[in-house]
Amino acid sequence: MSPKTLYDKIWDAHVAHEAEDGTSLLYIDRHLVHEVTSPQAFEGLRMAGRKVHAPEKTIAVPDHNVPTTLDRAKGIENEESRIQVEALDKNAKEFGVHYYPVDDVRQGIVHIVGPEQGWTLPGMTVVCGDSHTATHGAFGALAHGIGTSEVEHVLATQTLIQKKSKNMKVEITGKLKPGVTAKDITLAVIGETGTAGGTGYVIEYCGEAIRDLSMEGRMTVCNMAIEGGARAGLIAPDETTFEYVKGRPHAPKGAQWEAALNWWKTLYTDEGAHFDKVVTLKGEDIQPVVTWGTSPEDVLPITGVVPHPEDFTGGKVEAARRSIEYMGLTPGQKLTDIEIDTVFIGSCTNGRIEDLRAVAEVVKGKKIKDGMRAMIVPGSGLVRAQAEEEGLAEIFEAAGFEWRLAGCSMCLAMNPDQLAPEERCAATSNRNFEGRQGYKGRTHLVSPAMAAAAALTGRLTDVRELI
Amino acid sequence: MEKFQKLQGIAAPMPLVNIDTDMIIPKVFLKSIQRTGFGKNLFDEMRYNRDGTEIEDFVLNKPQYRNAEILVAGDNFGCGSSREHAPWAIADFGIKCIISTSFADIFFNNSFKNGILPIVLPQEQVDVLMADAEKGENARMTVDLEAQEITTSDGEVIKFEVDAFKKHCLLNGLDDIGLTMEKADSIKSFEDKAAQERPWV
Repeated sequence: MSPKTLYDKIWDAHVAHEAEDGTSLLYIDRHLVHEVTSPQAFEGLRMAGRKVHAPEKTIAVPDHNVPTTLDRAKGIENEESRIQVEALDKNAKEFGVHYYPVDDVRQGIVHIVGPEQGWTLPGMTVVCGDSHTATHGAFGALAHGIGTSEVEHVLATQTLIQKKSKNMKVEITGKLKPGVTAKDITLAVIGETGTAGGTGYVIEYCGEAIRDLSMEGRMTVCNMAIEGGARAGLIAPDETTFEYVKGRPHAPKGAQWEAALNWWKTLYTDEGAHFDKVVTLKGEDIQPVVTWGTSPEDVLPITGVVPHPEDFTGGKVEAARRSIEYMGLTPGQKLTDIEIDTVFIGSCTNGRIEDLRAVAEVVKGKKIKDGMRAMIVPGSGLVRAQAEEEGLAEIFEAAGFEWRLAGCSMCLAMNPDQLAPEERCAATSNRNFEGRQGYKGRTHLVSPAMAAAAALTGRLTDVRELI
Repeated sequence: MEKFQKLQGIAAPMPLVNIDTDMIIPKVFLKSIQRTGFGKNLFDEMRYNRDGTEIEDFVLNKPQYRNAEILVAGDNFGCGSSREHAPWAIADFGIKCIISTSFADIFFNNSFKNGILPIVLPQEQVDVLMADAEKGENARMTVDLEAQEITTSDGEVIKFEVDAFKKHCLLNGLDDIGLTMEKADSIKSFEDKAAQERPWV
């Protein structure tokens, strides 16, 4: 048998039907659902008199619209947001899917709740009407975002019509230097490949620096595979994965655990398997990075300067000129001279416990800059509870951070957590697009440690100077 | 789904690269639970001032492009989120075909589900079509899906590739779910086999 990649193996295990031209029906093991991209899909089922094919494999949680302020029990003020969350409440009940409502301590960002509850397991196919579904690839699960028509298709049939993507390998060799994190890896890779570099591919991340990451770090890396254009990111499961999964509420137990483990241990890329594209970065070359523009590919080490549009070629010249103007920067300006108004720590990219520990390490016993607006939004109610148990919440509050309830919050600013025009934010989220965090808002993507450093100094800061 | 067969219409040029889904339809408009009505907010932040007045030099506000049905765009069109509100807004505005050197994967798939034909062409050919689109409303392009051909206003013919299954669905306006449900037996036998092999799932 010819050697297979990890992607090949998971794909082959899930093809329910294949047509002559390669168009396949891929069986979906887990379907995650949130309130923004699902109401039209449930409505479609209702109109056609269809049911959810496998409600026991369907997990819903509201996250995008939910307020994260401590008084959220009083309800959602914005009428449209409230209607959307109420629609999910109603649909989850009517169609009988698993549901974590806003007032459940397990509620949080769908991509944090799935792994936390043990819904996401190695070798699975996982989809959600959300591009950051790529996160679940950290478990060696084939996970990607889909549109609402496909959400309806999965609800109705538990399959997706797919053609196989190409295989791409991203290897990070060696060790990371102190102050460099999973977020810097994933941004550095996008800086290298560009936001379209992964289009048409599924990426497998490998190499010593990836192996050394915790599950939290691996989720951060895979989360942004989509920002590199890839359909999904994957990391082969290993002891770190099995350790994380074991004992979670929906993870297999007893004899089933053993059977699962036996299969999971076969989920790796065979020696000699073919990759259509290979990118290799040295772990020791990666520095703490920030984005200067309005595309996640606009990445530079924190020691750099704002580029000149003429440094680029083709369509990127005009895009860079537009970005620099939008961001209110000057070519040649040192990145560490850029002053920050707001710090946002959270999101499905960096809202897990390890991210919060990294922040606490930087800000412990210190105060954020006077006048700085800084908020920490845990990725789930359980992350919040754990941070409180570990004493992190006290550190944050003593330093001057707002300590919020779980949700997507200012990552996409569908709830009231938004930037004002020209307000400049160091954010641990995943997109620096124009208007992403609020109309005319300016976003610099960074790691949690770098966001913490910026909160203390009031400007983009090399965290290595503070540790 | 509406059929796409042959389209003759005005093409609007948007040479900017990395036009993302937040530009196409900002998140403030994602709160609807309907599939319709997004067209008026297509490219909202590029198209309108905060007071609701139009930004004159935005391409779709120019008189010659207000009725555009084709968009010729820069590389990596539709990158970003999975929001199907993006193709909903595009279709609702009246655009039925987008031409670029590349599209983000999810946006590309979402387009086909909504009767929109995204066409990928090499840079040189996109440059030709961009130049044709720059001519304004007198430059009407023809996109023939059956023949897989674009004809410029000057009569130049450019061939394009399209996935055979997606073409079939678009030409006939077919509903994916209905097609898949015809394969219910395959799905059932897969589930029976998987329940044996991976009972923990």
